[in-house]
This record gives sequence, structure tokens and C-alpha cells, in this order.
Amino acid sequence: MIADVLIYLGCAALLAGAIFTLLAAIGVLRLPDLYMRMHAASKAGAVGGGLILLAVALVCFDAAVALRAIIGVGFLLLTTPVSAHLLARASHRTGYRADELMEIDELKSKSGQSLM
Amino acid sequence: MSAAVLSVVTMIAPVIPALALLLSVVRVIIGPSLPDRVLALDLLTVSAMGFVGTIAIRTGLTLYLDIAIAPALLGFLATVGFARYILSRQMPVRGSGREGQQ
Amino acid sequence: MSPAAIVIVPALGWAAITGNFSGLNLIFGAAIGGVAVLLLRSAFAPPCALRKLRRITSLALLFLYELVLSAIRVAIVVMTPDLKSALRPAIVAVPLTVKSDAEITLLANLITLTPGTLSIDVSEDRSVLYVHVLTLSTREALIADIAKGFETKVKEVFA
Repeated sequence: MIADVLIYLGCAALLAGAIFTLLAAIGVLRLPDLYMRMHAASKAGAVGGGLILLAVALVCFDAAVALRAIIGVGFLLLTTPVSAHLLARASHRTGYRADELMEIDELKSKSGQSLM
Repeated sequence: MSAAVLSVVTMIAPVIPALALLLSVVRVIIGPSLPDRVLALDLLTVSAMGFVGTIAIRTGLTLYLDIAIAPALLGFLATVGFARYILSRQMPVRGSGREGQQ
Repeated sequence: MSPAAIVIVPALGWAAITGNFSGLNLIFGAAIGGVAVLLLRSAFAPPCALRKLRRITSLALLFLYELVLSAIRVAIVVMTPDLKSALRPAIVAVPLTVKSDAEITLLANLITLTPGTLSIDVSEDRSVLYVHVLTLSTREALIADIAKGFETKVKEVFA
């Protein structure tokens, strides 16, 4: 009984994770500039990958494997924001031009003078 | 019953991360600048991880879990390395006494 | 945590990850954990265990909830047919009241994974965090949101 429930939960997590990964890719393809793409890749990507690993943990019925998968999720959630932040910082410092939709850029004046 | 549902779900689930892989490859190819491509590569590793994860459930081989976690690890390190490269590539332009190091 | 727990917990974690609870493997895990803790010693704050644990749990739960919410919101934005009108991107300077490196790091990472915000840079004097917003309502609302939500929680954890 509990095994069945776990398998159904795992299926749901697997499908949701796969769909979030796809949505992240669609976002990276559709959104107009790097920073907005980063929102899609870092959030939807991390949740998608995390949900798929969670599905592995729910379906496998092996404590060691499940623990490894959960630690994998934790690792993913720790590293994704760090890499997104590093990339955003690097590209902003090297003068990546944001889309003209950008309304306020309170960082611009500062990075402008440090660049040249 | 639940086994049947699982087999159907794992039959269709790998298709979705595979589509995500394709879309991020498109961004890697067209991406106008280097940071765009690095971001797409980062997403590529995450969707590869998702794909291998679904394969792990489908085959029941938990060895695939380790294979799934490895690209996520590598993708993080690669992105950190690329970010440092993007920063350092710009350094010589700054001038102000740094020319000696380059 | 007492010194004994500092050695035992990594040892058990190591054994659980490798899936092997033999004596030799436990000792190996304890050695690795001991070295790691020795290297990271300065990062550990003095203990006041239980209350802190509850605050960390509450922060983690809030974080997971916000993470799922943010992924769904980004998904909705991505699927909007008329993309240009749905987006109002901006980079906002958010003043920080937390001071230490660990707090700023934690806050920046939490901000990155929560709805519509992405931390980009910290000013040299660590007083301002630059945050990219996907759909800006007003600047003040965003700053108040961060100060009220995560910043107080982070401060509680480190208090």
C-alpha cells in the first residue's frame, strides 16, 4: 500500500520535474536577455532537476540510494544559485548589455566607471 | 497497477528532458554572447541529469543515479570556471598598472 | 555540537552515502569529517543547539515553499504568449542590514531561488545587494518584501 503511494508520488515528481526542465529550456530560448534567461535556468532548472532526483529517491526503495539522491538534491539547490550569481556578476562587470525593456539599473553607473 | 503506471510514465518521461536538451542546444548555437552560451550549457547539464535520472527509474539500475549526479557536479564547476574566464578576459582593458601581470 | 558529535555525524553520513557500515569505512568517514571540520572550524558559531535548529528548520521550510512558488511563477511567465508585456525587468539596489559574510551569502542564495529575484552583485562595503527582478511592481515593495521575509529569518538563525 505504502509502496504504491510512493510509486504514484514518484511518478508525479518525475513528470513535474521533466516538465519544469522543459519549461526552463523554453524560457532560456524565449526570454529576451541574459538576466531574464537566468531566472528561468536557475529556478525552473533547479526545481526540475531536484524533482527528478526526488522521484528516484521515492521509487527506488533503498535507503542508501534514497539518501544519496536527497543529498544530490541538496547539492543542486546549493550550487545553482552560486553559479547563476557568479555568471550574472561576471557578465554585468564585463558590460553585458541588458535588453531595452530594463526599467531601472541601479548598478549601471558603478560598473560603467570600473570597466574603462 | 502501480507498476503499470510507473512503466507508462517512465516510457514518456525521458522524452521531455530530451526536448529540453535540444532546446538548450539551440540556445548554445544561436546565443549572441558568451554568457548566454555558458548559461545554456549549465541548463544542458541539468537536463542531462534529468534524462539520466528518468533512465535510472526506468531500468531500476541505481548505478545511473551516480551517473546523473556527476554531470550536475561538473556543470557547476564548469560554470564557475567560465565565469572566472569571462571576468579575467576583460581585465587587460582596465589598464591602471595591471599590464605587467598579463 | 560537542566534539564527539562533530566526528560521529560525518562518519555516519559518509557510511550512509557509500552504503557500507563496516568498521573500517566508519573510521575512514570519521577521519574525513574530522579533517573537514578542522578546516572549517572558524565558520562554526558557538552552540545553542535546539532553538537554533528549530529556526533553521523554519527557514528551510519557508525556502522550499518559496522555491516551488518561484518555479511555478517563472513557468507561467515563460508560457505567456505575449512575452514583452508580461516582463518588467529591473536591477534594484537593496540595502542590507545583515553584516557578516555567511549571512550575506545565505541571503543572496535564498534571494536567487525565490520568486522573481536574482542577486547579481554586492557593493564593496557590503551594505547594498544588487538584485535583478523579473516582474517589478515597485522598488519599495520589493525592498520591504526582502527585509520582512528572508532577512529577519536569516538574522534569527545567526542570532
